[in-house]
Amino acid sequence: MEAPRLVARDLACRRGYRLLFRALSLDLAGGQACHVTGSNGTGKSSLIRILARLLRPYAGEVERAGSIALLDQTMALDEHLPLGRALAFWGGLDGRVEGRDLARLGLADLLDVPVRYLSTGQRKRAALARLLGQEARIWLLDEPLNGLDRDAIAMVERLVADHVADGGLALVASHQPINVPVMAALHLPDYAPEPAA
Amino acid sequence: MKALRTLLLRDLAQFLPGARKGNTLLPLLFFLAVAMLYPFAVGPNPNLLGATGGGVIWVAALLAAILPLDRLLAPDLEAGFFDQWALRGIAEEMVVAVRLLAHWLSFGPFLMLAALPASALLGIDNQTLQTVELGLLAGTPGLAAIGIIIAAVTVGLKSGGAALSGLLVIPLAVPLLIFGAGSLSTGGEGGIALTGAISLVLVAIAPFAGGAAIRAAREG
Repeated sequence: MEAPRLVARDLACRRGYRLLFRALSLDLAGGQACHVTGSNGTGKSSLIRILARLLRPYAGEVERAGSIALLDQTMALDEHLPLGRALAFWGGLDGRVEGRDLARLGLADLLDVPVRYLSTGQRKRAALARLLGQEARIWLLDEPLNGLDRDAIAMVERLVADHVADGGLALVASHQPINVPVMAALHLPDYAPEPAA
Repeated sequence: MKALRTLLLRDLAQFLPGARKGNTLLPLLFFLAVAMLYPFAVGPNPNLLGATGGGVIWVAALLAAILPLDRLLAPDLEAGFFDQWALRGIAEEMVVAVRLLAHWLSFGPFLMLAALPASALLGIDNQTLQTVELGLLAGTPGLAAIGIIIAAVTVGLKSGGAALSGLLVIPLAVPLLIFGAGSLSTGGEGGIALTGAISLVLVAIAPFAGGAAIRAAREG
């Protein structure tokens, strides 16, 4: 299995008429994690989407090696289907989500429940199950702790720690503190353009 | 190939008539309702019905094909499916091509079946019915492609999408109607062949137009 790598050089991001950040470079390899911090509107989600190549940067370039998985505010699960069958669709593309992972996420009893009846925290955990099933080497997590209770937050922190310990790469954008050992921090407002003098 | 099959099965489960999600029976019922109501509107004169019935079937088929436009692509873009497919290296073009096939399967063959009772209601003779059926076989893939193209172009519009869809349908559908419905008056294979040719062009363009439109909407 190739070692994952995620390199960004001199990224700048513009949304509408506003330059959100500029001159942002990062270089992450397998076994490394990075926590992107910053208040709302500083461009955390945009950075994640640029790194996932879903959004073109205003300047700069992104290089990566290794399979990539994204967890953001959308679930990409069919609302009208029972959770088990909604996950089975992605299982058909990625390979099955293991029962062990479902139990770990506390979803094993919810497989017959239609996705639209799940609570906020349960939806987040269902999206995490989709992410685990993908077995990607690079994880991009956008606010993975939103709507989760204290136990679930600890569980996500363990998942990220295990993934990194296993040689994976994780980049987590969150305004909340996230407790993962050896995690670099990237404070996005540091890259905001100088206010016009 | 496995990915194609997985995508197609999901699409069919969503779009085939009777599927649990949304108003999948509406296009078919709409088509039959037009055929039932038209004789009441123009009167029971068999000559008039026979002369105009084929054209009515064509217009009803076109409108039935564009009824499900708003749920063809937009829900999947909003729910993040297209993002996830892109991360897995599944091109938007491929997704749209599969969706085009599923969309056609969900109304094309059923309209051809429904054209049988419709022709009885409109008093169309057998010769004309045969021309209508062949024309629908040649033309409905093109109607499906028009639907997919318009759904993709308007996918990023939060409001005003419906109005723009209505406007876009007209110029795209005119060639199909001219040759498809026109084959009825000439009774000819030429019209059907041209309908099929236009359909093929539209089907060939649709995945690329749709893929580009979806990528553009994602940037927005």
